[in-house]
Amino acid sequence: MDVEEVKAFRDRCSQCAAVSWGLTDEGKYYCTSCHNVTDRSEEVVSAADIPNTKINSINRGLRQRSKHEKGWDWYVCEGFQCILYHQAKALETLGVSPELKNEVLHNFWKRYLQKSKQAYCKNPVRTSGRKAKVLEDSVQSSDLGSDLELLSDTTCPLESEAEFQSDPQIPKPFPVTKGSPKSASVCSGSVDGVEYSERKEKGLVKMTVPRTLALCSLSLLWQRETITVSDLLRFVEEDHIPYINAFKLFPEEMKVYGRDKGIFAIESWPDYEDIYKNMIELAIFLDLPRFPDITEDCYLHPNTLCMKYLLEVNLPDEMHTLTCQVVKLTGIGEVDFLTFDPIAKTKRTVKYDVQAMAVIVVVLKLLFLLDDKLEWSYSDLAEAYNEQHREDTPQFDFRKWYQVMKKTFDEKRRKWEEARARYAWKTKRPLYRSHIDKSVAYKRRKMVENLQKQFSALVGSSPVVEKQAPSSFQFNWTEEGTDSPCFHGHSLQGLLIMKGQSMITKNSLYWLSTQKFCKSYCKHVTTYEESNFSLSYQFILNIFSFLLRIKTSALHEEVSLLEKKLFEKKYNESKKSSGSKKGRRH
Amino acid sequence: MMSDFGEELTKLAVAEDNPETSVLSKTGMHFPWLHKHVEAVVTGGKKRKDFAQTTSACLSFIQEALLKHQWQQAAEYMHSYLQTLEDSDTDKRQAAPEIIWKLGSEILFYHPKSNVETFNSFADRMKNIGVLNYLKISLQHALYLLHHGMLDDANRNLSKAETWRYGEKSSSQEVLINLVQAYKGLLQYYTWTRKKMELSKLDEDDYAYAAKTRTMLSQSCKTSTNICALVKTPGVWDPFVKSYVEMLEFYGDQDGAREMLTNYAYDEKFPSNPNAHVYLYEFLKREKAPRAKLISVLKILHEIVPSHTLMLEFHTLLRKSDTEEHQKLGLSVLFEVLDFAGCNKNITAWKYLAKYLKQILVGSHHEWVEEEWKSRRNWWPAFHFSFFWAKSDWKADTDLACEKAFVAGVLLGKGCKYFRYILKQDHETLKKKIKRMKKSVKKYTIVNPGVHT
Repeated sequence: MDVEEVKAFRDRCSQCAAVSWGLTDEGKYYCTSCHNVTDRSEEVVSAADIPNTKINSINRGLRQRSKHEKGWDWYVCEGFQCILYHQAKALETLGVSPELKNEVLHNFWKRYLQKSKQAYCKNPVRTSGRKAKVLEDSVQSSDLGSDLELLSDTTCPLESEAEFQSDPQIPKPFPVTKGSPKSASVCSGSVDGVEYSERKEKGLVKMTVPRTLALCSLSLLWQRETITVSDLLRFVEEDHIPYINAFKLFPEEMKVYGRDKGIFAIESWPDYEDIYKNMIELAIFLDLPRFPDITEDCYLHPNTLCMKYLLEVNLPDEMHTLTCQVVKLTGIGEVDFLTFDPIAKTKRTVKYDVQAMAVIVVVLKLLFLLDDKLEWSYSDLAEAYNEQHREDTPQFDFRKWYQVMKKTFDEKRRKWEEARARYAWKTKRPLYRSHIDKSVAYKRRKMVENLQKQFSALVGSSPVVEKQAPSSFQFNWTEEGTDSPCFHGHSLQGLLIMKGQSMITKNSLYWLSTQKFCKSYCKHVTTYEESNFSLSYQFILNIFSFLLRIKTSALHEEVSLLEKKLFEKKYNESKKSSGSKKGRRH
Repeated sequence: MMSDFGEELTKLAVAEDNPETSVLSKTGMHFPWLHKHVEAVVTGGKKRKDFAQTTSACLSFIQEALLKHQWQQAAEYMHSYLQTLEDSDTDKRQAAPEIIWKLGSEILFYHPKSNVETFNSFADRMKNIGVLNYLKISLQHALYLLHHGMLDDANRNLSKAETWRYGEKSSSQEVLINLVQAYKGLLQYYTWTRKKMELSKLDEDDYAYAAKTRTMLSQSCKTSTNICALVKTPGVWDPFVKSYVEMLEFYGDQDGAREMLTNYAYDEKFPSNPNAHVYLYEFLKREKAPRAKLISVLKILHEIVPSHTLMLEFHTLLRKSDTEEHQKLGLSVLFEVLDFAGCNKNITAWKYLAKYLKQILVGSHHEWVEEEWKSRRNWWPAFHFSFFWAKSDWKADTDLACEKAFVAGVLLGKGCKYFRYILKQDHETLKKKIKRMKKSVKKYTIVNPGVHT
C-alpha cells in the first residue's frame, strides 16, 4: 500500500521516533524508516466489504488469518451489526427515511453495545474472565457520556466518521487464540462465538437474530414510520428484509461455523408475539425514554390504520365513521394510550395493527351481529334492494362480500402455502460444526446443487414464483364486474337507521367474544375455541389474522380486550347476571 | 400422515442398521410408541421449526402431485425438497436420501422430459449420498434399466453392486447382496433360455451345436451360484426358484431340484407361499410321483388357498384314492371351491360335484353330504340357487344350469326355485337330459319328500 495513504496514524515510532508509516499485508502499520512493525492495525481496510463504515466503529479485530480458515477474526457483535446494517438498508429501499438507519438504529445499537458492556464503556466484556483493561489514553472518555445521550429530543449529534474511527476509548480486543477452545468440536468462526454462546448474566439481553428485527421495529416505531410489525414480518417472509440466513451477507472472509451456527442460523420465520415481546424487553434493557407521540395524523393511529385495513379487506369506506366512533368510545385513540413508554409502569406497547383489525371486527359485529343468521337476512334485503335499484349506489351485501373474500382468500392462502413449501432455507454457505465437518458440508451442498440443477431442467422454462414486489397491500380490489370486485363504494344505508339526530345501527344486539378473562400467570387474555363461535366470526377472524400473519387466537384476544373497554359497564354487570346477549346502541 | 411416512423410513433405517435392536424386538422388548414420547421430551414441547414444517408440507405437495400425475409440478417441489439433505436434524438428514430417491425416481420414471441418461445420473448421485442406500438404489436402478430393455447396462450395474462393500457385512446388506446376485442370475437365465431356443432350431449334428451347449452349461453354472444363495434365505423368491428349477431339470439334476423345491415349500422359516407348493406339485407331476405324494402336497395348498385352480385336480386325485378319508375330503374340496364367488360359474366344478354327489349317494354316504351341507344350508340357496341365478345361468350356459339344477335338486329337494325353473324350460335337445335329471333327483335327494323350501 502506498505510504501516502497512511495518514490516519500519526504516532511516533517507538523505535526511531519517525512519523512515517506504511501498511503490511496484514493491515498492520510498519515504520518505513526502521521497519518496526507495530501491533496497531489499519482500520478502514475493508470499508468496501463491511459497507457501513459508520457502524463499523467497533471493528477492531486484527485481520489475521487463522490456521484453519483463511478468514478474518471477527466478533459476534460485528456479525449482528452487519445484519442490522443490511436490514436497515433494506428498510431504506422500502422507502423508510434514511434517518432510521443513520440515526435511530445506529444509536439504539450503540446504546445496546454500551448496556451489554461490549463497547462504549469502561470495562467492556470481551472474553470471559479476562476483562479488557481500559487503555491509558481513555481518560478523555468523559465525553463518551454526551455521545450517548442520544435520544434527547434534539437530533442527537452524530460523530463524524473520522472521529469515530479514531475513537480511542474502544479497547482493542484481546488477541484470542483460536486454537484455545476446549476441544476441536467446540469452535467458532468468530473470535468470541464460543464464549458468546455460553455467556449468561442476569439482566443481560443477548443479541439474537429475532432481536435485530425487534431493534428495527423499535426504530420504525420511534420514527413513526408507516410500517407496522406485521408488515415488517411479512416483508421478512417475502425476503425483502434479510433475516433467515442473514449471515450470507457477511463478507466472504467472515467465516461462520461451529457455535456461530447456533447464533446466526435461523430456521423459522419471525413470530409476531415473539418479536413484540423482544421489542419491549429491548426497550427496557436499553432504558429508552418515552417514544415520540402517536397522534391522529400518524399512520399508527387506529383511525388511519382502520382506513387502511378497510381498504385491504374490501369493506365499505362508510364503515370508517363507525370505526372512528368505536375508537373514540374505547379511548384507544388517545396519545397517552398509543405512545410507547418503556419507563412507564405498564411496560407494554400497543399492537397497532392487531388492534385496528379488532376494531373492524367489532364494527362488523355491531352491524351484522355475526350470529350466522342476521347477516344473511340483511344480505337478502340488500340483494333485493340492489335488484330494484340498479342505478343507485349498491347497498353492502354481506353474502356477496363473503363469496368474493372466500374465493380470493382461499386462493391467496393456497399460493402462500405453496410458496412456503418451496422456500429455500439453505444458502450457498453451508454451516458446519467444526473444521472436520467442513468438507462434508461443502460436498453435500454441491450435491444438492447438482440435483437441483437436474430437477430444474425438468421444470422447464416457466420460472418458479417470481418474487413479489413489496407492497403494504396484499390484495387489489378492482371495479365491479371483475373477479375481485370492490365494495369500497357500497353504502350501509340498509344497516343504519336515523334516531333523532344521529344514526344508529339497525341491529341492536351484541354478543361478547368472551366472558372470561384469564387471571392466572399464563399471560393469555382468554382462550379461543373455534367451534364455540359462529361461522361468520370464524371466517372473519381467519382472513383478518392471515393478513397480519398472526394466530387467530391473538386477534380474538384483541377483540375481547377491545370489547372489554367498549362495554366496560355492561361487562361488569354481566359478571353479576351473566347474560349472554347485550344490547348496545350508539 | 406425511411425517409418519418419514418416521417410518427412519425407523426402518434404524432397524436395518442395528440388527441388535431387531433382535431385541423379538424378545418382546420393543415399544415403538416410546420413541415418540422420548422425542417429545427431548424437544421439550418446543414449537416445530418452520423449516421442518415447510419441508413436510413440501413432501405432501410432491405426493399429491404424484397422485395426480402432475410430474412437472412434482419436479418443481422436488427442487425445494432436496434441501432436506442438508437438514440440521441428523435423523431427518439421514432419512432424506431414501425419501428423495423414492420420490425422485418416480418422477423421473414418468416425467415426459426425463430419459435414461437423466435417470442414470440421478441414480448415480443418490447412490453416493450416504452409503446405506447404495445397494437398494443399485438394484432399483437395474430394474429401471431392465424395464427399458437395457439388459447389458443392468447387468453391469448389478455386477458393480455385487462387489461393493461397506464396513462389516451386516445382515441387511447380505440379503441385498444376495438379491443383487439373484437378479444377475435371472438375467443369465434369460440369455440361457434364448440360447436354448436357438439350440432347438439347430440340428444336433451341426458343428455349432456343441459350442452352444458348452456356453449354455457355463451360463447355467453361473446362474445357479448366483441364485443359490438367495433361495436359501427365507423369503418369497418365485421367479428365481422357477428359473433355477428349469435349469436344474434341463441338466438332469432332479434331486437338486426336488431338494430345493421341498425346502422352499416346507421350511418353516419361509413365509407361507402357495406358489411354493404349486411348483413342488408340478415338479412331482412331471416326475410322475405316486398319487399319495401328490395328494400330500396339494393338501397343504388346499389349506392355504381352497379356491386354487389346482383343487379340481386335487379332487380327481382324491376321488381315485382308495381310502375313505380321501374320498370324503374329495367332497369337501369341491364344496369349498364353490364357496368362492369367483368360482360360481366354473362348470367343471359343478359337473364334478353333480357327478360325485351321485356317486357318494349311491355309495350311501349320506352323512358326508349332510355334514358339508349343514354349514352351507343358510347361505348357499341365496348364493347359488336363487331365481335370479337360475334365469341368468340358463341364459348364459344351459349346461351349467343343468348341472347346478341337479345339485340344487339333490340338496334342496325338487321344490327349490332353481330346480323348478330349469325343469320348466322347454328345450328340444335337453329334454331328455332334464327328464333324466328329474328322475335322479327324486331318487337321491337328501331332503325328505314333502318338505319344500
